[in-house]
Amino acid sequence: MLEIKNLHVKLEEEEKVILKGLDLTVEAGKVHAIMGPNGSGKSTLSYVLSGRDGYEVTDGSAELDGEDLLELEPEERAAAGLFLAFQYPVEIPGVGNMTFLRTALNAQRKARGEEEISAADFLKLIRAKAKDLQIDAEMLKRPVNVGFSGGEKKRNEILQMAMLEPKMCILDETDSGLDVDAMKLVAQGVNALRDAGRSFLVITHYQRLLDHIKPDVVHIMADGRIVKTGGPELALEVEQNGYADILAEVA
Amino acid sequence: MSALLQAKRDAAESRLAGLRLPEGGSAWAKAAREDALSRLRLSGLPGRRDEYWKYTDPTTLVTADAPGAAVFDGSDESPVFDGIDWVELVFVDGVFDADASDDPALAGVEIERLSTAMQADIHWARDLYGVLEARGQVPVERPLATLNTACATDGVVIRATGKAAKPVNLIYLHQDDASDAILHHVIKVESGAELTVLEKGPAAARFNKVMEVDVADGGTFHHVRTQGRDHERRAVTHVFARLGTESVFKSFTLTANGVLTRNEVVIELTGDDAVAHVAGAALGDGDFHHDDTVFITHDAERCESRQVFKKVLRNGATGVFQGKILVKPGAQKTDGYQISQSLLLDDDSQFLAKPELEIYADDVVCSHGSTSGAIDEEGLYYLRSRGIPEGPATDLLTLAFLAEAIDEIEDEALAEDIRGRLESWLSRRRG
Ligand SMILES: Nc1ncnc2c1ncn2[C@@H]1O[C@H](COP(=O)(O)OP(=O)(O)O)[C@@H](O)[C@H]1O
Ligand SMILES: [Mg+2]
Repeated sequence: MLEIKNLHVKLEEEEKVILKGLDLTVEAGKVHAIMGPNGSGKSTLSYVLSGRDGYEVTDGSAELDGEDLLELEPEERAAAGLFLAFQYPVEIPGVGNMTFLRTALNAQRKARGEEEISAADFLKLIRAKAKDLQIDAEMLKRPVNVGFSGGEKKRNEILQMAMLEPKMCILDETDSGLDVDAMKLVAQGVNALRDAGRSFLVITHYQRLLDHIKPDVVHIMADGRIVKTGGPELALEVEQNGYADILAEVA
Repeated sequence: MSALLQAKRDAAESRLAGLRLPEGGSAWAKAAREDALSRLRLSGLPGRRDEYWKYTDPTTLVTADAPGAAVFDGSDESPVFDGIDWVELVFVDGVFDADASDDPALAGVEIERLSTAMQADIHWARDLYGVLEARGQVPVERPLATLNTACATDGVVIRATGKAAKPVNLIYLHQDDASDAILHHVIKVESGAELTVLEKGPAAARFNKVMEVDVADGGTFHHVRTQGRDHERRAVTHVFARLGTESVFKSFTLTANGVLTRNEVVIELTGDDAVAHVAGAALGDGDFHHDDTVFITHDAERCESRQVFKKVLRNGATGVFQGKILVKPGAQKTDGYQISQSLLLDDDSQFLAKPELEIYADDVVCSHGSTSGAIDEEGLYYLRSRGIPEGPATDLLTLAFLAEAIDEIEDEALAEDIRGRLESWLSRRRG
């Protein structure tokens, strides 16, 4: 599904190198988790994959089902099936949540040569999905993320993911700032989407999210590289001992 | 006399020499014109060095000969306010066209052509024509409006005595590349009455329009206008409004294109608990220059005023906003709000803003803000990351930027017409 090879990334404006030869393969239907200390480059990885400005890829490649992601515009990556649930969802005053989602869904459909969804079908769909995430009608009408609490923003990200049905979902610290109930809700939303044709890359600091979204593979990232890969037990090890031991071991 | 004043007076004389001054009419009409004429001869016409015209060069609005403007073919889009039931009054290059207009019969509303009204002794028209305009000359002179009062031969006088069943739509057609039009409207909304006036169209190559509106106690007046897409057209318009106790005045203007537009709105809140909202959305491209100049005087208690002006500028377009809230002594509990913002789509465009508050009462809430900014890059990336291509994503953000101004239109059908129009203009200009 997602294949990243030897990815080197620096900031466009500064001589700061962030990703230093990152290799990662996520197979179809699998859930991979990435853990790692603050500043190790996890968010940068998610931004580079989704096409944010300001980064320069100096070496390496990233492919989604054989398609070169790095060549595509952000909207083309989305239409190709990539989705990033932002660590810090962006507020967009004046654009209603519903309008935003319908425009996005139809833009993706159009890009894939599919027919647009009718207003009635869209309403039915979004009402059902919003209900599962306990997002009320009022929140759907409000401008995108404006005045939303931290938890509401994260649930709104998952709602977008559920509506857009991407095949490669990257979740960047979706659990941060969530209380236990909200986290369960988010995890349920993710688990409901788990499917043989869909993969997840879950970036988190905490084992507790991984209690709810069971990963197949856990990676430890440090200083712009994946330094260790293992099974779910690796997350437990981090939870108990922190990163120090692992980092010392691979150093 | 200073050389500056002499130059202004010379400009007035040369402009007047190029006009045929109206003759005849009833005594009141003659008196009103003569009064305006003598005021104009004293004030002269504005020049580039006038403080009030610091950001907008009035030269082409003042000259005896009007620069022409090619007629724009707008048939590629649905008519403005399509599907809305109205009584329409059509003016072609500034001349009333009775044949093209509806029979001006509307329950609760009297409608008369200005030239006819000026022959008769219509007391409410007499009490307003040139009167609100003259009051609006203090503390800042607006000589182009005085010129209008002195010279206007056409326009309409409207008096609402009840709730008008439908809007009156003033349709301004532009058919002559060299037309130079002056229109003067007088509107009286009697106590408890309600009236909506729509205006649409470029009107002429050069257009000078004055609308005097008196809203009596408990009256409601709504005004929505679109100014026409003719690229080379020029317009200077003035709205002078006086608001009585518990009356409501709401005005919205959509402007796209036009090489020069100066829209002045002068409002006096003279009765307690009155409400005045003025809003505008402007889309400018290239040599577009658009100026909103607003002066709101609070002279009664507990009145509310709002000014919401948004401009989207690109390819070197210029936007101007001069907005003032004057709170007179004793106008306690005034609630004044003013926001003017521009969205600059490139570095060549500019927005010049002069927001002013002048407050002589101690128990008031007044806020004002003015910003100028580019498209929010974070927002754009977020929308694109959800699959919305850059063009439509930029449009969404642009419409969102304009939303606060359009939301000021109370009638949902009119607001929807404006939104839809903006949407199609934006997507079309992307090609
Ligand atoms: N746009 C940026 N400007 C400056 N520094 C950046 C930028 N993006 C990332 N960084 C730096 O790169 C490093 C990695 O950041 P990030 O990817 O956010 O890490 P993580 O998500 O793992 O905490 C940090 O040192 C961060 O300060
Ligand atoms: Mg991060």
